[in-house]
Amino acid sequence: MSLVFAGVCSHAPGITGRKDRADPVVRDAFYASYDRMRQAIEAQRPDALVVIGAEHFANFFMNNMPAICVGMGEHYEGPIEDEVWLGIKHTRVPGAPELSKRLITDVMQDIDLAYAQEWKFDHGIMVPLSFLTPRYDLPIVPVNINCQGPPLIPLKRCYEFGRALRRACDRAAERIAVVGTGGISHWPASPDSGKINEPWDREFLQHFLSNDREALLAYRDEDTWRDAGQGGLEIRTFVALAGTAEGATGELWFYAPIAIFSVGCTIAVMNLAKRAA
Amino acid sequence: MSLYTVQKLIYQLNRDPAVRKRYETDFEALLGEYQLSEEELRAFRESDIGLLYVMGVNGQLLMHYAALRGFEWNAYIEAMREGERKYGPVRSRLYTRAGSRS
Repeated sequence: MSLVFAGVCSHAPGITGRKDRADPVVRDAFYASYDRMRQAIEAQRPDALVVIGAEHFANFFMNNMPAICVGMGEHYEGPIEDEVWLGIKHTRVPGAPELSKRLITDVMQDIDLAYAQEWKFDHGIMVPLSFLTPRYDLPIVPVNINCQGPPLIPLKRCYEFGRALRRACDRAAERIAVVGTGGISHWPASPDSGKINEPWDREFLQHFLSNDREALLAYRDEDTWRDAGQGGLEIRTFVALAGTAEGATGELWFYAPIAIFSVGCTIAVMNLAKRAA
Repeated sequence: MSLYTVQKLIYQLNRDPAVRKRYETDFEALLGEYQLSEEELRAFRESDIGLLYVMGVNGQLLMHYAALRGFEWNAYIEAMREGERKYGPVRSRLYTRAGSRS
């Protein structure tokens, strides 16, 4: 039928793995926003959920690194991480191979893609799923944008991918929800872990929520790396989601820099019914 | 004998239970299949997370590997700091420290 939901959320492993070390008031408000997102997705009765993520070498490595890869598996497994370390039990997640194939074929009319029939989820997808589809019963179409091993795909191509995905969703008979998950500013997996540039995040979110394509595409990786950390390069997932929701503006449901989670924790949803000015 | 090879071994350890099993049971034979320098071998043999960090191993690879080696979160962060004190700044650029960026 079409795209029925579009939003973004954080995915840092500390969100589940170090939950007992966060201020419970802020953490619980964050968790409540994830749950609100779960309810909003369920209210749209989607047939499948596309997750535009930024994995961390669970599947893709510098021996053969796709700029963008879309899953086409019968099912997926995750997390690759230790269950106790991540706080998420290892499980099997249903795929939607036939839908994946149609979306991939459609998107390929505009954007070169890799596809994968095998895929192991790491925290980048498992953390969002643990909140948004906690029974792991909604078929998933995973998308990975390489944000880890440079050279990275330019932001304008991410936006174009998002647009192409939207066209493909609108041609499909299914009701499709799309969630982007990534940064924003953070210095994960480094001695600077916990550092968060809140003013940078808020400015970026303003551009994202107003779906200001020009402002979003004006970010340069060198500046992002300096001001928002290596984790900031994951804004690619937000930019792709903005492309998917082109014409719509968004609403920020939650933002708080939570140092022990190593990221500016974010939940935002695009209002697909309302067009941008 | 390169950062690429070091990272490839960590990548395979992180994601593949069969490789992890060999790491536990046939460690030297597994290491022998990768062209690693003496320093790189030492980093693996001694689980020297700080040295791997300074070599420039991507933090996302190293974070999972440190967890695999049993490093609790604070110990893992401290191991990277200790690596900087002992071996100097990170040699490869992506994961250099915030303060050292121009």
